[in-house]
Amino acid sequence: MKKNLICVSCPLGCPIEVEIENGEILSVTGNTCKRGDKYARDELTNPVRSLTTTVKLIGGTLPVVPVKSSKPVPKDKMFQCMKLINEASINASVKIGDVVIKDILGSGADIVVTNNDNGK
Amino acid sequence: MLNYDLVVVGGGPAGMAAALQAKEEGVEKIVILERAETLGGILEQCIHTGFGLHYFGEELSGPEYAGRFIAEVEKTDIDVYTDTMVLDVSKDNVVTAVNNRDGLIQIKAIAVVLAMGCRERPRGALSIAGSRPAGVMTAGTAQKYVNIDGYMPGKKVVILGSGDIGLIMARRMTLEGAEVKVVCELMPYSGGLKRNIVQCLDDFGIPLRLSCTVIATHGKERLEGVTIANVDENLKPIPGTEQYIECDTLLLSVGLIPENELSNGVGIELDRVTGGPVVDEYRETLHKGIFACGNVLQVHDLVDYVTEESKIAGKGAANYIFGKKQDGTFINTKGVNGVRYIVPQRVNIENEEDVKLYFRVGQVYKGAKVVVECDGNILSSKKKVMLAPGEMENVKITPEMLKNMNKNSEITVRIEE
Ligand SMILES: Cc1cc2nc3c(=O)[nH]c(=O)nc-3n(C[C@H](O)[C@H](O)[C@H](O)COP(=O)(O)OP(=O)(O)OC[C@H]3O[C@@H](n4cnc5c(N)ncnc54)[C@H](O)[C@@H]3O)c2cc1C
Ligand code: SF4
Repeated sequence: MKKNLICVSCPLGCPIEVEIENGEILSVTGNTCKRGDKYARDELTNPVRSLTTTVKLIGGTLPVVPVKSSKPVPKDKMFQCMKLINEASINASVKIGDVVIKDILGSGADIVVTNNDNGK
Repeated sequence: MLNYDLVVVGGGPAGMAAALQAKEEGVEKIVILERAETLGGILEQCIHTGFGLHYFGEELSGPEYAGRFIAEVEKTDIDVYTDTMVLDVSKDNVVTAVNNRDGLIQIKAIAVVLAMGCRERPRGALSIAGSRPAGVMTAGTAQKYVNIDGYMPGKKVVILGSGDIGLIMARRMTLEGAEVKVVCELMPYSGGLKRNIVQCLDDFGIPLRLSCTVIATHGKERLEGVTIANVDENLKPIPGTEQYIECDTLLLSVGLIPENELSNGVGIELDRVTGGPVVDEYRETLHKGIFACGNVLQVHDLVDYVTEESKIAGKGAANYIFGKKQDGTFINTKGVNGVRYIVPQRVNIENEEDVKLYFRVGQVYKGAKVVVECDGNILSSKKKVMLAPGEMENVKITPEMLKNMNKNSEITVRIEE
């Protein structure tokens, strides 16, 4: 089976073709550099994405505060993460790095605050 | 009237970096005037990551990137006036601003740095039939609603234009539960970064339709739908390809324009291609003592370059304030054959430091050469794996190269396939 991907590790965006047989990667072609090979293998075995969104802020100068996952989370868990984050809230004041949810869905990633808000 | 050595207009990444650099060079009295409630500029609403890879060597979100500079500014004695709108910069460098606390403020400055950023092209710049129902807005406005005000402007979304802000918003609104039906791009290619197309559209199965535009909006008070159509090579809608799409929100992501009302007020000459002032290698405009940097000078897609450019402007302003900036002999730079523009547009050939010329190409090139030439001599020629309109490039001019030039010289940068 052949699978086509676009490497997003740099702006070149090489089109990559991967040969898979019984879940095993036989070859990776089309990449210009080594990073493309790694990207393709990771993408097929365990695709992950950085997640950024906002969380409800109580008593802040703004109604929400931006957050990110401290490391990429599995791609297929993004919407589940969103649901948990949208149910959560945090009290002002908050600062960059404050943890809102620890180890979200057992992914090893924390949801951390990415802006300061000293509250009203 | 207040007196400052340096007045910086705009407290985004550009204004902060310029002010901090001037401080480091030893300028004493510096003030930043910012019309918003906080410093940080547009980065405050860009909550996704991907900022700072060049400058800090790590992937930060917009507010985190801005936060580092805000913390630096707070450590210095740079004065910051927020909620303060600059109304005018006069020919003798008097800056007029207004706020609720002090009313009208006038500041006499030795040097001024313009760092007002850019704004999005509004709907008026497009020809779309239909009345103006609620639900039609720029992608940046939607970004502010969702990320700052915590409010979703709609549930069924069509996006016109595949610029990066539109792509980022397609993902953002999808994650928040909206259905993004299609992204229409007038051109046969997208101006957005490939990684954004993959991670913001492909990941969520959002279709990108190239050579396609919105020709009409429907709905009286609230948007109810749009009509889209394919366009021919002259970008004219092709009859018979019209398609109605139901939606309550239309986001426009059709380009950015430098915010130069203040520059126009002083009568500063603008570059017709960049929409920003004509500047020399220290980002001084043709009006003495007035500098410009960041998106007000040229639209940047990487904030890291904004910081780099603004530090140069901050240094230039400091040199000017200390009387170190000499007049010299200025020659022009010119982009030809595929190079759309160059910043800076002028270079002092008596300069004793390296000068980087930043430029953008007009189309995608693979394996082409970037050739720098002056008076028939090739100064440098470098092969590039890839050149794209979305990526700003630069070439270096050394003092040794400048030494061989005279007042009639012109530096050209061109693409050779
Ligand atoms: C809507 C939008 C979204 C963007 N998203 C991204 C992105 O996702 N990623 C990316 O890399 N780049 C993005 N950019 C580009 C981004 O703007 C630049 O990377 C960078 O923030 C530019 O910095 P700046 O300081 O030049 O401008 P800005 O950050 O825009 O700062 C300019 C500041 O000047 C202030 N100002 C303007 N006029 C006046 C006045 N008359 N008086 C007082 N203050 C004034 C403004 O309030 C603002 O704070 C985006 C741009 C826009 C417009
Ligand atoms: S394969 Fe290498 S060169 Fe190609 S897009 Fe990926 S990182 Fe860039």
